[in-house]
Amino acid sequence: MSVLVLAESPNGQFKKAAYEAVHYGHETAKSLGGECIALVIGACADPGALGSYGASKVIHVANYTGGADALAYTSIIGQVAGQVGAKAVVVNHSSTGKSIAGRLGVKLDAGVVSQVNSVPVAEDGGITVTKPVFSGKAFAKCKIAGDKCVLSLMGNALPIAEIGSPCPVEAASIEAPASSVTVKERKTVDGEVPLPEAELVVSAGRGMKGPENWGIIDDLAKTIGATTACSRPVADTGWRPHHEHVGQTGVAIRPNLYIAAGISGAIQHLAGVNSSKCIVVINKDPEAPFFKAADYGVCADLFDVVPRLTEAFKKMKDA
Amino acid sequence: MKLLVCITKTPETTAKIAFTDGDSKFDESGVQFIMNPYDEWYALVRALELKEQHGGTVTAINVGPAANDVVIRKALAIGADDAVRIDTEALSSSQVAANIAAHAKDKGYDVIFTGKESIDYNGSEVGGMVAEHLGLPYVSYASHMDHNGSTATVSRDIEGGVEVVDVAGSFVLSASKGLAEQRIPNMRGIMMAKRKPLNVEPATVTESKVSVVSYTLPPAKSGVKMIDPENMDELVRLLHEEAKVI
Ligand SMILES: Cc1cc2nc3c(=O)[nH]c(=O)nc-3n(C[C@H](O)[C@H](O)[C@H](O)COP(=O)(O)OP(=O)(O)OC[C@H]3O[C@@H](n4cnc5c(N)ncnc54)[C@H](O)[C@@H]3O)c2cc1C
Repeated sequence: MSVLVLAESPNGQFKKAAYEAVHYGHETAKSLGGECIALVIGACADPGALGSYGASKVIHVANYTGGADALAYTSIIGQVAGQVGAKAVVVNHSSTGKSIAGRLGVKLDAGVVSQVNSVPVAEDGGITVTKPVFSGKAFAKCKIAGDKCVLSLMGNALPIAEIGSPCPVEAASIEAPASSVTVKERKTVDGEVPLPEAELVVSAGRGMKGPENWGIIDDLAKTIGATTACSRPVADTGWRPHHEHVGQTGVAIRPNLYIAAGISGAIQHLAGVNSSKCIVVINKDPEAPFFKAADYGVCADLFDVVPRLTEAFKKMKDA
Repeated sequence: MKLLVCITKTPETTAKIAFTDGDSKFDESGVQFIMNPYDEWYALVRALELKEQHGGTVTAINVGPAANDVVIRKALAIGADDAVRIDTEALSSSQVAANIAAHAKDKGYDVIFTGKESIDYNGSEVGGMVAEHLGLPYVSYASHMDHNGSTATVSRDIEGGVEVVDVAGSFVLSASKGLAEQRIPNMRGIMMAKRKPLNVEPATVTESKVSVVSYTLPPAKSGVKMIDPENMDELVRLLHEEAKVI
């Protein structure tokens, strides 16, 4: 028996998400028994690097050169899972992983739990694992009947560690069905960590008064290497791009640090951010509901406080 | 075009999240239910726009008990032509998807829409499962779609950006923000909805591989520490030494 992990390698490179998935696969294999095998599809510079995070070997399907199409990926992963006798398949809870998890569950006749944030355990004739529900307002312990599962791993859910050394890579050639989906282009913001993966996030809301004032938020974010986010009305009115919208109807995030300036903390906003490890709220209204969900609060005008905080971070970095 | 929109019922976004029966069940007392926002605001409205552009029909489908008819009627009031309710308790994504696929098989839908996820279970699983059952492509997290009647061009949200894809023939699409603008049902729509067909069909799949054993609420925050606005060095020190996040 084995645990098969899809390690995504966008543009031929692994990102943190791939190491997280492999490390989680390793922990899953320890818990359920068996070995952790990583699967890399398409071009990849250094597949063996995954050994350092707990893979005992990597299967590299280099002959597939199409996009991360759900149908093709499901076919490839399904075939490999059959060959290695995988009982558990792990993917990231990413735009690619989320699109595959459900399909793969049907294909492998396995129970699917998405956005898991704990290592699965075999108990009571099944497998149990936890995930956030109600957009982070609660957690559910789910039970999968039988002994086969597909899990998509929530970002930043569990710490990763380098625990081993590079492992052997086995090249495999696997045919995928022709896809009727063709990728025309990919447009991504360069140099910035995408929100779901970001460990540090600086977010701002309507208290900013207008899009022309965002310079102080960008400065703060740049100083600490954070990704920027915003509340829903800010995205809806076009002050900021939609992909920055966090909350119940936006991106759900779980960074180590979430700094919110000029955001009131409506329940729908909190839903997507309250799993953050540490929350700093800057708001001039002492009654703002966000203070109740915060670890640290600064009750003052953000236009004074944010630049001052940026300076303080710069001082710390220079020290 | 023949369009199918999968809709689900979720607690309203400000609903109190509490549990009963030894924390094994969501406490529905006093909770208002709504149509899942991604289904209503984006999936359903984009389907209606395609029908307005190309002609055809929009069918709404829900897997659930008779209590869900209120939400289904709302979809009809917003503009769906007819609706199907698969009459069974919705147990899990896989059971819901299997029932939807059993209905959709051989019906020749051009596009099957789902929301990108439900705001209660947050599974994001049903669309992919339906697609796999039917052997169709799945294009997820669509924030924009043009359809010329045979080929669609879709922008889908990916980490930190968008991916633009072409897809030919029938497919399953999950809708995210931006795909359409929310429509509020008007009086005429609400009156007409009462006369539109809502067909109740028996379930083909009534068991599930996945179930929820218990729920927990996140640990309460220990209380906010207020920092002197004049002293941001202190905040930085605390983030570094106490919270250890930077
Ligand atoms: C179905 C539904 C889904 C929703 N989903 C989401 C979601 O996913 N994400 C989301 O964010 N919202 C969502 N909302 C909207 C949500 O209810 C709130 O309306 C929204 O979060 C408020 O945004 P805000 O905090 O930026 O603005 P406001 O509520 O207007 O708050 C602005 C805050 O800035 C403070 N402020 C103003 N000036 C200053 C200053 N100079 N210095 C310091 N502080 C200042 C004010 O005190 C105030 O607290 C949803 C709503 C519904 C009904």
